[in-house]
Amino acid sequence: MSHAIRMTVNGRSISATVEPRTLLTEFLRDNLRLTGTHVGCDTSQCGACTVHVDGKSVKSCTMLAVQCDGADVLTIEGLANGEDLHPMQKAFNDHHGLQCGFCTPGMVMSALEVASDNADPSDDDIAKGLAGNFCRCTGYENIYRAVKAGAKAMGS
Amino acid sequence: MAKHVGERMKRVEDGRFLTGRGSYTDDISKPGQTYAVFVRSPHAHAKIKSVDTQPALAVDGVVAVYTGADMAADSVGGLPCGWQVIGKSGVPMLEPPHPPLAVDTVRYVGDAVAVVIAETKNAAKDGAEALEVDYDVRPAVASAVKAMEDGAPEVHAEAPGNLCYDWEIGDRDAVDKAIAGAHHVTEFDLVNNRLIPNAIEPRAAIGEYDQANDRYTLTTTSQNPHVIRLLMCAFVLQIPEHKCRVVAPDVGGGFGSKIFHYAEEAVVTWAAKKAGRPIKWTSDRSEAFLTDAHGRDHVTKAQLAMDKDGKFLALKVATVANMGAYLSTFASSIPTYLYATLLAGQYTTPVIYAEVKAVFTHTTPVDAYRGAGRPEATYVVERIVEIAAREMGMDPAELRRKNFIQPDQFPYETPVALTYDTGNYQASLDRALELSDYANFEKRRAESARNGKLRGVGLSCYIEACGIAPSAVAGALGARAGLYEAAEVRFAPTGTVSVFTGSHSHGQGHETTFAQLTADRLGIPVENVDIVHGDTDRIPFGMGTYGSRSLAVGGSAIVKAIDKIIAKGKIIAAHMLEEDRDNVDFEDGVFAVKGTNKSRTIGEVAFQAYVPHNFPHDELEPGLDESAFYDPNNFTYPAGAYVCEVEVDPDTGECSVDKFTAVDDFGNLINPMIVEGQVHGGIAQGIGQALLEGCVYADDGQLVTGSYMDYAMPRAEHIPDYNFDFTSTPCTHNPIGAKGCGEAGAIGTPAAVINALTDALRVAGVDNIDMPATPLKIWQALNNTKQAAE
Repeated sequence: MSHAIRMTVNGRSISATVEPRTLLTEFLRDNLRLTGTHVGCDTSQCGACTVHVDGKSVKSCTMLAVQCDGADVLTIEGLANGEDLHPMQKAFNDHHGLQCGFCTPGMVMSALEVASDNADPSDDDIAKGLAGNFCRCTGYENIYRAVKAGAKAMGS
Repeated sequence: MAKHVGERMKRVEDGRFLTGRGSYTDDISKPGQTYAVFVRSPHAHAKIKSVDTQPALAVDGVVAVYTGADMAADSVGGLPCGWQVIGKSGVPMLEPPHPPLAVDTVRYVGDAVAVVIAETKNAAKDGAEALEVDYDVRPAVASAVKAMEDGAPEVHAEAPGNLCYDWEIGDRDAVDKAIAGAHHVTEFDLVNNRLIPNAIEPRAAIGEYDQANDRYTLTTTSQNPHVIRLLMCAFVLQIPEHKCRVVAPDVGGGFGSKIFHYAEEAVVTWAAKKAGRPIKWTSDRSEAFLTDAHGRDHVTKAQLAMDKDGKFLALKVATVANMGAYLSTFASSIPTYLYATLLAGQYTTPVIYAEVKAVFTHTTPVDAYRGAGRPEATYVVERIVEIAAREMGMDPAELRRKNFIQPDQFPYETPVALTYDTGNYQASLDRALELSDYANFEKRRAESARNGKLRGVGLSCYIEACGIAPSAVAGALGARAGLYEAAEVRFAPTGTVSVFTGSHSHGQGHETTFAQLTADRLGIPVENVDIVHGDTDRIPFGMGTYGSRSLAVGGSAIVKAIDKIIAKGKIIAAHMLEEDRDNVDFEDGVFAVKGTNKSRTIGEVAFQAYVPHNFPHDELEPGLDESAFYDPNNFTYPAGAYVCEVEVDPDTGECSVDKFTAVDDFGNLINPMIVEGQVHGGIAQGIGQALLEGCVYADDGQLVTGSYMDYAMPRAEHIPDYNFDFTSTPCTHNPIGAKGCGEAGAIGTPAAVINALTDALRVAGVDNIDMPATPLKIWQALNNTKQAAE
């Protein structure tokens, strides 16, 4: 049994037919070939698959594609404006906030939510905002710096 | 030309990672691709009575199902171990067979029994669920100590008593004599907790077979594609090496766990030909917990003998190391040559003896995890030194100083087989004490006490042996591979450069660091340098990245190739300038005739090399493309001093790392930003080992910590304020003077954290807590002593 769904992904209108058990993350990666959204676990702990659905950060492994029928979805591929990185992406580059890059898309999408209404997040704000995202490489230190710089740049 | 070495240059690889354009194995899809799901044993030990593949084959979309019997029928070999340890009295280690798919017995939860290949991942999952395996469940043993007891369940008939090897190093008689005559002997029993590496990218592998050219391609999450090709072709699948290409594209973290040749790689490659379709397998996290090689898992007894002034006289160590159910690729070398050889630490301890019993159990194989043996050694040495200081009533920093190898003693030969080339341990400790404001610690302790908290401080002065290593030395110690690195530096006619390296970057930033190194040495713009790695069809035969070796060994191979380019370029330039080559110097990208303004740039020379109209044809071949292998003549010895301050809430048992100071000596640095990032990450993993992470097996061999809900990973909230600095004694035997920085944090940190924690708890009468020191353990320890006192 398949379901017809429509959604907007990174500003592009999409219609597709999916099995009801298809997760949003599978839909993005396998159907749309948007492989920037990564899968790092199967218990919704790691946050590598974080995207925005209707402006809120969501672990795309916890949502079914059919639940996003009619939604506006933003993934890591939709952030940069052509060759110009989004200020948060740039801040991660400036502050060496990534190493292997695998957790990075989810980390940046969660960081955007931290910064969305706070141009000057405290360490505590960032720790809480990134509580659902693992990074095994950076030890988080430079991610704190990146999120602060990114939030400041977004606020200005 | 701007110099880049030493510059905090932003990483060139970040662009693709930040925009979702990385290309990790699971991001890659091949035309006609199918999906593999493995059927894994739910039992730690069982005989396989039968496997019924029919129900799986009946599932819609299932293309093929293969079992261990199918692989055995094709004469597929077992997964090999790359290091032969010779035990006491010359007895070699035992190497029971490790079939990629179990044939008649499963030996750990997660041991693969069959593979289901289907048109979609869901169909493969459905097929795997439908497949029926009839098991005869047998008793299992998970603990290495219990596995050595009489009557313990046997893992392999080939290994009686579950003993893989019983190995020793050092002079036992001299150590026993020194202990017998010592003023004081500190004794310490410890557990080095088993860890699960948890790179955030789960392992994945895509097998392809090209019938037209009789050629296999394996795309895999590996730190060393040539090593995988060699092991898989020569030992497992018996494929001629030139008929196999292994590609390790963007890899999402390794930490050692992606060094090894895993069963799934061999299975998808072999099955791709049988099924006639490309096959992709991607581990889910649950599978990763069960099947990625684990790390550490030692049980150790140690004794440190001292004279009345605290001078170390002897160290004696006995360790039981858990190998898991099978010998993983480098498992045997970790608790021997990467562990016991480091037990001298930074000290002049004149005699050391260690014996290590490696034991099979019904658990996931154990192998290298960030630091690999050296964190275990540092934990033994730095914990027992701290305890000794407490017992002797001495300042732990002072006791260390008293026993440091002095700067004028290098090269220093330890009693456990290594020769340290250089170091200055006093300098790094002094700087760390200064940065951490050690002198005023008691004021902070009193302040914490006023707030009802227990504060402690702990030191850790680590040493590691990196580079892994001179091939001849490694070979003499049992390595079955060479341990050099290879590089090719290739100019294009228009002056841009491609560097092909056998090192592999999975977070380390080689595309940046190696470009900085190359641009400076050749005097060309850094954007004109491209670093190519991870594809056996493109790069020279290289050994890959582990043991903090990429810059010290891989970078040195690049330098050697560049030196050949410059030597050839000099002859070409001399010919172009009609000058004696001995009068031509090369500096900053320019070949210039001494004392004149006559010169040619390296770009002009490269063009002439490829458009050789005015070229010394009688002496040289055209082209500007040189290769080099670099085999170091010693390990490198990064070292440093870490100071940790923790605060414990006695009501909840919660321990927070308040301040962490790290002063490392990595020799010369190319990109300090990247080096600091490596140390940050290592420290986080070290804090994870000390306070959070612990792999737990039930007695029956079930993995209790099999998900992120059960295995505590460090999160952003767990990270303290770091203080950093570097000291530098450049490596004396490689052309860069670099020592390696990838593992230091994970090596030095656990002892610093637990020394600080036990210092904090001393006032409450608690003198040891095994890692991970969770709030529960700390609270129980505090309350047990309270009860005992009441």
